[in-house]
Amino acid sequence: MPTDVERWKSEVYGNEIREHLFEFAEEGWDSIPEDERDAWFERFKWWGLYHQRSGQESYFMLRIGTPNGRLDPGQLRVVGEVAKEYATGPGTNPIFGDAYADITTRQAIQLHWIKLEDVPDLFEKLEANGLTAQQACGDSWRNIVGNPMAGNDAEEIIDAWPVIKELNETFKGDDDHSNLPRKWKVSVAGSADGSGQGDINDLALEPAYKEIDGERTVGFNVRVGGGLARNEPRHARDIDVWVAPEDAAAVSGGLSALFRDHGDRENRYNARIKFLVDEWGTEKVREVLQEDYVDFELETAGEDVRDQYTYNAGGDGRNDLVGIHKQKDGKNFVGLNVLVGRMGADDVLELADLAEKYGSGAARLTQRQNIIIPDVPDEELDEFLSEDLLDHYSPDPSPFMRGSVACTGTEFCSLSIVETKNRQVRFARWLKENVELPEGIDQFHIHLSGCTASCAQPQIADVSLRGMKTRKNGDPVEALDIGLGGGLGEEPQFARWVTQRVPVDEVPGAIKNLLASFEELREGDETFRDFIQRHDDDELADLVEPEETSYEDPMMHNTKRTWYPYAEEDSLDAGPAPTHADGTPITSDD
Amino acid sequence: MSVSLRVLDDGAWVSVNDSRQVSVSELWRLDAPEFCSCTVPDFVVENFQSVGVDGRTITANVYGQCIQCGETGVPGWIPVGRLKNGEYVDLDRENVVLPAHDGHEN
Repeated sequence: MPTDVERWKSEVYGNEIREHLFEFAEEGWDSIPEDERDAWFERFKWWGLYHQRSGQESYFMLRIGTPNGRLDPGQLRVVGEVAKEYATGPGTNPIFGDAYADITTRQAIQLHWIKLEDVPDLFEKLEANGLTAQQACGDSWRNIVGNPMAGNDAEEIIDAWPVIKELNETFKGDDDHSNLPRKWKVSVAGSADGSGQGDINDLALEPAYKEIDGERTVGFNVRVGGGLARNEPRHARDIDVWVAPEDAAAVSGGLSALFRDHGDRENRYNARIKFLVDEWGTEKVREVLQEDYVDFELETAGEDVRDQYTYNAGGDGRNDLVGIHKQKDGKNFVGLNVLVGRMGADDVLELADLAEKYGSGAARLTQRQNIIIPDVPDEELDEFLSEDLLDHYSPDPSPFMRGSVACTGTEFCSLSIVETKNRQVRFARWLKENVELPEGIDQFHIHLSGCTASCAQPQIADVSLRGMKTRKNGDPVEALDIGLGGGLGEEPQFARWVTQRVPVDEVPGAIKNLLASFEELREGDETFRDFIQRHDDDELADLVEPEETSYEDPMMHNTKRTWYPYAEEDSLDAGPAPTHADGTPITSDD
Repeated sequence: MSVSLRVLDDGAWVSVNDSRQVSVSELWRLDAPEFCSCTVPDFVVENFQSVGVDGRTITANVYGQCIQCGETGVPGWIPVGRLKNGEYVDLDRENVVLPAHDGHEN
């Protein structure tokens, strides 16, 4: 039997949702019939709009897809302007204030508290400036990720941007690929550092060499079926295909069509291609792709460069894109740390000014929720680095700030079990003040995800934190499962969940004690990941000693049972939602 | 009287008559002797699989884990609310012991 979602999609989906969305926006929130709201909310996702959680009715999250995290000159300013104008709601965040933009782990941007009635104007402004929310969510091609410096990264062996651009232009709005069984996440990268993070995507194109007509040619090896969600993490699997850049769209479209036709539409939990690869095996995926979806002979896999991967790999080399790096053209790109990916709208605007003053006005977003200002000439570098704003968004931050990644959490998200972004900020600040990393360790990644959907990619961090509940002194409190030793690289590994349900106020102490044990038991200059690897789960559980410390957590209670966790009166029925376009509550008299 | 029951947001909510009523992340005490060896499993709700109705009681088939012993899985159909004159009324799920039953999906 088809699911409700499939039924709703069969009625209206894809591009045509837009005209309905605009009609509802014109008529106001109340014009969506109550018994159709869930159907429309599901459909609105295709245009980047997620209805916020219970207690925040009539407010939406808007995701803007920026392919490869690329913001052309002027676009960062537009992001700041729309955040300032439209992303202010009834709740004020105690750390980030009233209007902010979130950089996501898929190099997109999320704004909160968006009113449906503002959507036409908001879309008009975005689209006039080359930005869109189309297919940012929903069951279709999502924002394509990769190395955001493609085309100008001194470490790349092939410029992936023309391929990403072609895929984006081909499959965004293409009716043949607009209604897939579930989301379709694609990574395309040409750098030898592994910064595309292809291993955790449905489809990964990774740089590889192949002898073609006697010539060593650079193209991409194809991997399929990676992903982290639902306690079922998979690495993308090698299907023994190499593709030339000019054929990348044909092969990628073939695989998306294969997923469209063979993915499971009866069970959304099973509706990802990772499960189809489990069921079929890689040989069958290749065979069906060849037989039914491409009209040329597929090449076998080429020689990859995975042995050079350093990104989020826990060893030497470039683990992220923070800091000052050389471009191909001799200028510099400067990666700035954005703690948990969230920037106040005024800061976005100020950074847009700096990008224009010192660079080309362009900006880039990374999969570690950071931002890059490219095109800074050597002679401008010192002055740029001395700007006050860079004290906060630093190119050389504490490893605990630099390594922090967090998802949206219960502040806005229906799925999350715990508060995340503000908590990770508190964790990072406490760790920075109270914990020393062993000598030579300047990278330490801590990812906090509010649930098993894994939007913060917890399984690929040194320390993985995942939302849970437990009881403390008999009372229910927010808790975290602790996993260790995840990361990417030539041999990617998912974290091992060694300690479960640690009350949130004992987690910083657990990390402190773990790092003390690492320092004490470390062999030579062993990396943290290698250290974790040579211990079994029981040994590791002993090394994680949860402990109360000077860290205090003000959000131990069930933050989901609030209309907004930071409100003075936070109970579910104390909030103003739903509201009219101007923010005044809609009452039964309306 | 027909009642509209749905699991929404990828298993995050149970919706009754087009209104989100029961959320993941709650902590329930269960009478579920076959789920784990704990006398009263202390069960954190991670994901709603399906929702049904038994007489006037709304029940949910839920994935989660016992926070005492760590056992994970689906303990059966758990009552989450009741229908009174066609209106949904919440059970006080966090302060009572909820019985798990084998059941049928409606």
